[in-house]
Amino acid sequence: MVSENLVKDVVTEPYKYGFITDIETEKISKGLNEDTIRLISAKKEEPQYLLDFRLNAFRKWQKMKEPNWADLGYKEIDYQDIIYYSAPKQKEKISSLDEVDPKLLETFDKLGIPLTEQKKLTNVAVDAVFDSVSIATTFRKELAEQGVIFCSISEAVKDYSDLIEKYLGSVVPANDNYFAALNSAVFSDGSFVYIPKGVQCPMDLSSYFRINSGDSGQFERTLIIAEESSSVSYLEGCTAPMFDTNTLHAAVVELVALDNATIKYSTVQNWYAGNEEGVGGIFNFVTKRGKCLGKRSKISWSQVETGSAITWKYPSCLLLGEESVGEFYSVALTNNLQQADTGTKMIHIGPKTKSTIVSKGISAGKSVNSYRGLVKMSSKAIGSRNYSQCDSMLIGDQAAANTFPYIQSQQPNSEIEHEASTCRISEDQLFYLQSRGIEFEEAISMMVSGFCRDVFNQLPMEFAAEADKLLALKLEGSVG
Amino acid sequence: MQSKTKDLVPILEVNNLFASTENLPILKGVTISVNPGEIHAIMGRNGCGKSTLSKIIAGHPSYTITKGEIKFTGRDIRSLEPEVRAQSGIFLGFQYPIEIPGVSNLEFLRVATNARRKFLKKEELDTFDFEDLVKEKLDLVKMDSAFLSRSINQGFSGGEKKRNEILQMALLEPKIAILDETDSGLDIDALRIVASGIKKISNEETGIILITHYQRLLDEIKPDYVHVMSEGQIIKTGESDLALELEKHGYEWTDNCSKQL
Repeated sequence: MVSENLVKDVVTEPYKYGFITDIETEKISKGLNEDTIRLISAKKEEPQYLLDFRLNAFRKWQKMKEPNWADLGYKEIDYQDIIYYSAPKQKEKISSLDEVDPKLLETFDKLGIPLTEQKKLTNVAVDAVFDSVSIATTFRKELAEQGVIFCSISEAVKDYSDLIEKYLGSVVPANDNYFAALNSAVFSDGSFVYIPKGVQCPMDLSSYFRINSGDSGQFERTLIIAEESSSVSYLEGCTAPMFDTNTLHAAVVELVALDNATIKYSTVQNWYAGNEEGVGGIFNFVTKRGKCLGKRSKISWSQVETGSAITWKYPSCLLLGEESVGEFYSVALTNNLQQADTGTKMIHIGPKTKSTIVSKGISAGKSVNSYRGLVKMSSKAIGSRNYSQCDSMLIGDQAAANTFPYIQSQQPNSEIEHEASTCRISEDQLFYLQSRGIEFEEAISMMVSGFCRDVFNQLPMEFAAEADKLLALKLEGSVG
Repeated sequence: MQSKTKDLVPILEVNNLFASTENLPILKGVTISVNPGEIHAIMGRNGCGKSTLSKIIAGHPSYTITKGEIKFTGRDIRSLEPEVRAQSGIFLGFQYPIEIPGVSNLEFLRVATNARRKFLKKEELDTFDFEDLVKEKLDLVKMDSAFLSRSINQGFSGGEKKRNEILQMALLEPKIAILDETDSGLDIDALRIVASGIKKISNEETGIILITHYQRLLDEIKPDYVHVMSEGQIIKTGESDLALELEKHGYEWTDNCSKQL
């Protein structure tokens, strides 16, 4: 069919962030053992408790097995064939942005994340992470005036050691799962956010993760703590160059919300997805979890997942505090031979807790897109409620969509609602829009944005526009 | 007066058109020519190829033209994408307008209108100017502005869908409108509204093809020509009284015509 081919063309858009920055790096040799971990820890001049944390995680990881329950197929990962630390060579101590290698600034400029004083984004503070290290964080002074701490996790280990010692691993324990254990052993950098009691963070905070080298993994670790009655909106973006090898990305994100605190965590993930034959691309194995520790605390995850060869990711909420709220809004787009197994876990522990799940999966090409989610009502979750909605959209006739909702309830006095739907962009819908003068690509993009609207509405404004553009780009092609 | 010769170029010319879908021949030599200001009616049994003809003129990808040609204002349009045909002034009013969840009717109408305006080298309308325009056009089909905020055709009744089609026609101001059974499923009041809308939109420069089964639409909009289609061909052409004959005798009456051919 003609239009089937058109759909194929339309969803094949070259990856725009695939360039490599030519920069001298300091890498440690491939392979993973206790010495590797000691070396990383020494490079970062870490205190003993952190080295112990890493070694403990490593020993547990060695006894664990890589999970195989997800609907994913990939070549076995050789963990000895990965470089666990890679950093651009810079002066020992950087006191201002002027001392950052211009090549790095240029790289982030090209990615649309200007860092320099003159050009930096006006209402978002950015922490830019390049391979294993954070290279710059903007607006630190302005944030510090309000008591907000926003810095790389390596700096936080030095300057706010008590907070790190108290909270690191408190949401995602070192032995939580295979990839979290690996991250706990070798994590290199990431962002740290602390919002003091009663402070509404005056601007959005954002981390931008860039993988540059082909043979090193990225293992970043993010920790966000929102004290009583505080709130923060945090954004995360990711890209990587095009390599024909697979790069491992295994991150851990931990969020802690105390009484009446709100954390909104938004992600636009656009790692390199591999080519049409499925060669190359990022293996994205990520553990993200938030703990609603306090009463009426709220954690909201929103994600737009468009990249990676493989996505294995389940941003979750542990709802401990009474009347705490968990939310998960997700758009996952897969194309070519991409595979995504993503969803959430809402664990209701405290009474009168509430959770909402809205998941939109779009599969094009020969991709496989699965939603996997768990809603659990524990025995104490009296009067708790969940609402889940999982919709799938198929483009073309070779893509697959799956939904795996798991529901466990130990509390009869709680409510769980689940709705699911699957649709296909039909030739007749496309023809209808075209017959009104609307270009084929725009017609597809209108339908896809319409399908995702519930989720886009949850994204911070600038991010929503970016997400809409990103989806349009992914679906745009050389038609006509 | 000077433009007389120019007027002689038909808006639409279909010459000996053969077409098939999945190797099944549907059209077997259709010829029809529509001049500016003319209203043509095409009648015929279900499955005779009326809807196929309209979709092929609009550029539906499921059909293959095996022989013959389609000219729009003198230009062969067979290789043009459907959106280009629409932008240049071909409008198809669908028999079954499809629902498109999630896409707002207002946004859709605005994008479509601007695509046509861009083609006509007119300035594109921003949201405010477009809202003014659309409210004016809503009156033509007596539609409530609440329809604008809903998804395209979603949850619309049969009559509302058809009125939405005429609203689109009013906004796009086509040179030729092919209205495929726009009257089916309408009650008498809705039929009058739709018919009066069509009459108000058309002028001496536009051509209209009405595909219909019923005389009652043709009572409202008097056609200049009536064509009867059967098995992929036009087997009889006459003036408006042909429709009355058909009403009286049924399609069986024309079966002899096809035998005579």
